[in-house]
Amino acid sequence: MSLTRHDVESIAYLARLSLSDAELPAYVDSLSKILHLVEQLNAADTADVEPMAHPLADQVQRLRDDVVTEEDRREKYQRNAPAVEAGLYLVPKVIE
Amino acid sequence: MSSWEAVIGLEIHAQLATKSKIFSGASTAYGAAPNVQASLVDLGYPGVLPVLNREAVRMAVKFGLAIGANIARRSIFARKNYFYPDLPKGYQISQYEKPIVENGRLEIVLEDGSRKTIGITRAHLEEDAGKSLHEDFHGLTGIDLNRAGTPLIEIVSEPDMRSAKEAVAYMKKIHTLVRYLEICDGNMQEGSFRCDANVSVRPVGQEKFGTRCEIKNLNSFRFVERAINYEIARQIQVLESGGTIQQETRLFDPDKGETRALRTKEEANDYRYFPDPDLLPLVLDDEFIESVRRTLPELPDEKAARYVEQFGLSAYDAGVLTASREMGDYFESVVAKLNGHAKLAANWVMGELSGALNKENLDITQSRIDPTRLAGLLARIVDQTISGKIAKDVFEQMWNEGLDADTIIESKGLRQITDTAAIEQVIEAVMAAHPKQLAEYRSGKEKLFGFFVGQVMKQTGGKANPAQVNELLKKKLAG
Repeated sequence: MSLTRHDVESIAYLARLSLSDAELPAYVDSLSKILHLVEQLNAADTADVEPMAHPLADQVQRLRDDVVTEEDRREKYQRNAPAVEAGLYLVPKVIE
Repeated sequence: MSSWEAVIGLEIHAQLATKSKIFSGASTAYGAAPNVQASLVDLGYPGVLPVLNREAVRMAVKFGLAIGANIARRSIFARKNYFYPDLPKGYQISQYEKPIVENGRLEIVLEDGSRKTIGITRAHLEEDAGKSLHEDFHGLTGIDLNRAGTPLIEIVSEPDMRSAKEAVAYMKKIHTLVRYLEICDGNMQEGSFRCDANVSVRPVGQEKFGTRCEIKNLNSFRFVERAINYEIARQIQVLESGGTIQQETRLFDPDKGETRALRTKEEANDYRYFPDPDLLPLVLDDEFIESVRRTLPELPDEKAARYVEQFGLSAYDAGVLTASREMGDYFESVVAKLNGHAKLAANWVMGELSGALNKENLDITQSRIDPTRLAGLLARIVDQTISGKIAKDVFEQMWNEGLDADTIIESKGLRQITDTAAIEQVIEAVMAAHPKQLAEYRSGKEKLFGFFVGQVMKQTGGKANPAQVNELLKKKLAG
């Protein structure tokens, strides 16, 4: 399967990447090649293979006890933020 | 014009009542100052790793067992990718291909008393997002990430409901259930329990579903009913005027009572799920699942069936009394202290007590009259110290003044008059005072009997035993 220019534009939008018209053809080409590779993999018979959700095949998720271990470090964390007010992180207005 | 049938499915989000977040050790307590409960994991800092909260897993399993679902021995977490400022990682950790709970069901009781089983496709674990505050911060949006990472289960129903009423009945049943299980506080104002409704319509008799719209973020039973009814009417109108329904997300505006389209860009719903490489598969063994099963309380349906069996209540009364675990506990406590008389206790809990609670917007745990004191009042009805009618006045004083029934009965002299001689004396006085009515009665105007009962009750301040009054009056009036 080959991607169209429009497909790549949509994917770029979802990833919030800004691609120029000049850059687009290279991405159309390389992303299509990746999909061709996946098509080849899809052709392999995996009827008897259990799908793998994680590369560490035999490991299982460790669980933690339900205990509050974090303390308030807001002041420290907010030193990294460009704008804060009244304890809130400020971002450009988003409203639907 | 053909008639239409609505098809409704609900996605309910219930916040799990854990102390800490699903993937971090930050507190989940409601109402803290902004961002003081947002750890590095919740803030989506690079290099952090989520570690799953065992209690959140237990609660999800508990829910699954309560709806007779399959509990996945192996489930996986996935990333749901979208950009929004209250989601700092750029993805929500959720479950997609293999949720922890699949294929359950719940029975609802409709208004006409009939029952209907609603299928529950799945319930999966996921994290909540933060909150955006759009008030004026110099044209900017304020972000509070205290809620980010709070554990949720999303409960997805089959499209089995056919009216707004059914959807509300189902949502109320889930609400009752999660509180029975003590896995969610059910507080809708605080957003602990909210729902999205998928609504479509089709001509009656058509098998294929119509195009659906999703109404987001409904946080009260009333809104769910209004929003769905509006949406059904809107879709029918569009179709009948020759239009087509656009699959879209809509928001309900409670002030206007209508839904409006939120966004129509189809690509906005492309979440590009993939397994989260930060989390290994969640594997549960039988021992874990059985240990959770042993913590299941008596469920609402089981409790209601027991009330019918043990106390001889109607199915309707049993349903009302088991709507919350606390209500059932209160009722049973009254019955225990009263040594029976369950029907009387049920009537008072559902009647006077619920009325008084509703008037002040209290729940039963905040009742100003505890079960012992209510049983104390009802005991005086049972032993005929006071009539049911006087008991209502006593109840009101108990509620307002915090005294117990006996104190009020004694201090106000409300004790019922059961002394035959005393009642006869009053009857004779009433007869003497109303010779005209007496003559009419005796010449066949039997309707006047009620008049005499009223006069006697009036003379005794309502305290005469009504059964005795009836009996003695009949004799005396007969002459």
